[in-house]
Amino acid sequence: MNSSSSSSSSPADRRLSILSRHLARTIDRDQGITISASPTSSVFADVLRAPEDPILGVTVAYNKDPSPVKLNLGVGAYRTEEGKPLVLSVVREAEKQLVNDCSRVKEYLPIVGLADFNKLSAKLILGADSPAILGNLVATVQCLSGTGSLRVGAEFLARHYYQHTIYIPNPTWGNHVKIFNLAGLTVKTYRYYDPLTRGLNIQGLLDDLGSAPSGAIVLLHACAHNPTGVDPTLEQWEQIRKMIRSKSLLPFFDSAYQGFASGSLEQDAQSVRMFAGDGGECFIAQSYAKNMGLYGERVGALSIVCRTADVATRVESQLKLVIRPMYSSPPIHGASIVSTILKDRNLYQQWTLELKVMAGRIITMRKHLFDALRARETPGDWNHIIKQIGMFTFTGLNTKQVAFMTREYHIYMTFDGRISMAGLSSRTVPHLADAIHAAVTTVV
Amino acid sequence: MAARIAITTRIKSSSSFLLGSRSMSSWWGNVNPAPKDPILGVTEAFLADPSPDKVNVGVGAYRDDNGKPVVLDCVREAERRVAGNLNMEYLPMGGSNKMVDETLKLAYGEDSDLIKDKRIAAIQALSGTGACRIFADFQKRFSPDSQIYIPAPTWSNHHNIWRDADVPQRTFHYYHPETKGLDFASLMDDVKNAPNGSFFLLHACAHNPTGVDPTVEQWKEISYQFKVKGHFAFFDMAYQGFASGDPERDAKSIRIFLEDGHLIGCSQSYAKNMGLYGQRVGCLSLVCEDEKQAVAVKSQLQQLARPMYSNPPVHGALIVSIILGDPDLKKLWLKEVKGMADRIIGMRTSLRENIEKLGSPLSWEHITNQIGMFCYSGMTPEQVDRLTKEFHIYMTRNGRISMAGVTSGNVEYLAKAIHEVTKAA
Repeated sequence: MNSSSSSSSSPADRRLSILSRHLARTIDRDQGITISASPTSSVFADVLRAPEDPILGVTVAYNKDPSPVKLNLGVGAYRTEEGKPLVLSVVREAEKQLVNDCSRVKEYLPIVGLADFNKLSAKLILGADSPAILGNLVATVQCLSGTGSLRVGAEFLARHYYQHTIYIPNPTWGNHVKIFNLAGLTVKTYRYYDPLTRGLNIQGLLDDLGSAPSGAIVLLHACAHNPTGVDPTLEQWEQIRKMIRSKSLLPFFDSAYQGFASGSLEQDAQSVRMFAGDGGECFIAQSYAKNMGLYGERVGALSIVCRTADVATRVESQLKLVIRPMYSSPPIHGASIVSTILKDRNLYQQWTLELKVMAGRIITMRKHLFDALRARETPGDWNHIIKQIGMFTFTGLNTKQVAFMTREYHIYMTFDGRISMAGLSSRTVPHLADAIHAAVTTVV
Repeated sequence: MAARIAITTRIKSSSSFLLGSRSMSSWWGNVNPAPKDPILGVTEAFLADPSPDKVNVGVGAYRDDNGKPVVLDCVREAERRVAGNLNMEYLPMGGSNKMVDETLKLAYGEDSDLIKDKRIAAIQALSGTGACRIFADFQKRFSPDSQIYIPAPTWSNHHNIWRDADVPQRTFHYYHPETKGLDFASLMDDVKNAPNGSFFLLHACAHNPTGVDPTVEQWKEISYQFKVKGHFAFFDMAYQGFASGDPERDAKSIRIFLEDGHLIGCSQSYAKNMGLYGQRVGCLSLVCEDEKQAVAVKSQLQQLARPMYSNPPVHGALIVSIILGDPDLKKLWLKEVKGMADRIIGMRTSLRENIEKLGSPLSWEHITNQIGMFCYSGMTPEQVDRLTKEFHIYMTRNGRISMAGVTSGNVEYLAKAIHEVTKAA
């Protein structure tokens, strides 16, 4: 099956002649003529080791620590009162159904993902009676959790939108900046968190959005702002909505905690529904990592609410062009689980109950920590612990204090003072309270 | 009364505001409908066809002799062990270490010194596509002036991947339409004429879409010339085990390059050889000078994954780890992979014989010469269109037939149709 060679010499002859030419060149090099790079030196020899990811690196450091009292309050993954990861019982149930269904195969999903999943996800965030859904105005594609949804949406904007600047709240989830930068968008910030009140700087927010160029993209956390836990009230959301629409800014929602913040799926979706219901366009990135505990399965969806059904169809076709050269099509397993749960009334009911339990436990932990600090008469106002919402508390501790707590108390958190309440239990709250107390009283 | 007026006024003004925003036009009004993906669009069209005779030899997904998708027994067993037992925590950014370790053994050899010396930077990737894309992004970031040489033809998505990574691309000669084999002389010319230190994409085995692979001798020559020129070899290995039935044999091209001391890059996929298509499981690896460099390179690969999807999906990786980590399951897998490869080889013989039986004036020996899932039939786009319109046979317009879609039930029909549209040629 050898292809015909036009040369009359044998492979061995050819190789000898190549070799002799190579040697000749080597001799040339000694006389100052450069030859080809040696293949045993890497083309990537100058690659420097990247710094650890500031969030995921916390777990890496935690895992290395041998102390028996260590506490991981870094990454936002829910833990039970026993400190264990939790797989929701609805998820177990759905998995069993899937495994026992021998007719199921592992074929490629379409580029846009599982159709059922997409429809159900849009309904979940927008509401089943949403005019946008009823009018076929929504293009939804399955993506790899929140990260993937944000990235695909950002890539689409970089290609098809005339404004390439996105305004993100200060502070925000650490990975947001990287996602938007790599997609080709310029990142600017708008004021959000007020360190003095440990609440929302609504005036600063409105002023900054008010002076943004017309059409700029605005990233909004749908609920349970990460890392601060500070959310606008409904009245403040209405002010924000008016400002955004009056300046023709484009809202891009990151919804990673629907159901997890208040315990109610409907309540946590109100901000998004306000915008989707006013006739304007918006982007929505959804994640099932936390609210269904599907973290590692990477399940999420990007929905783009458009003005017309025709536009939505064209937008979906262009989203495919972003996805295909990135990973061709999304992973099937997690989406199948979500779909199974969302379309079954009993499983859905069960899920809402499990969500309430998770959200409830976190709210309890907030109360416990607040009480523990009060009992120790730790200096400072700690009300923000019970006022903030969702998985995280922005403690207000500075980097020195954080480092102190890691060193002396083996408590792991991100350097911005954010702690994951989900990582706390009644058993470990005293240890954390001691650490905070020590940090605040000895380190400035 | 005043309150009522105030409220009414407020409602009026917000409605007019709403009306105002509704009368604006969409931001996306000038978004054009995108062309359908040439490969995946075929299956869409097939599904929409109501004809009972329809045959799908488009996308490269394996089918059994009844034309049904297959879930391997070893996979079912692994899934059984996984379901209900494990948590779904985030994997590290680089994915499952266990899965990556087992996967490297497949490509580099069980006893590879490179693995022992920890010289390979590797991450779990989103199947072959994801591995190629992360590599392309890495190439753009760390060799920003480089371009990629891609074989002509190649899997169409390769062009999309490197284009979206913003890496300029060129093609090198590969397929010889006259012989329906390898254009080895032109290939070697292109290798020699490329600037020193160029980046090349090579299909490790079972070239997609042509099914034409270099011989072992030819691979050795290519490797040698690469060494002379200091070229970088990036192998896309999507069909290990699927080509000859023997994973070790299918990795021969890579092993040749490794023996010659090349520091290669490699994309591996479990989509076909473990039938894990929709799970999106694969691996990207880069051979480095030493362990320290491998650590640095891996950390940079992770930096590219984090803003794309944070960390890879866990389920498929678990299945792979369980199968490859269990000697009995691994044996079962090897047996099942050979079974799939053998069925395809059998269908190649059958298709060729059936066409020849009909008295075709053309040569069809390329059907059995070519290897892997695809056969580059040599049919023109017009002939393919006729196959679709008149016979409800679906394939990509470059004449690529997915042999996995051929069964003893449809091979005669397929042969007849091919003969019909080509006999006048």
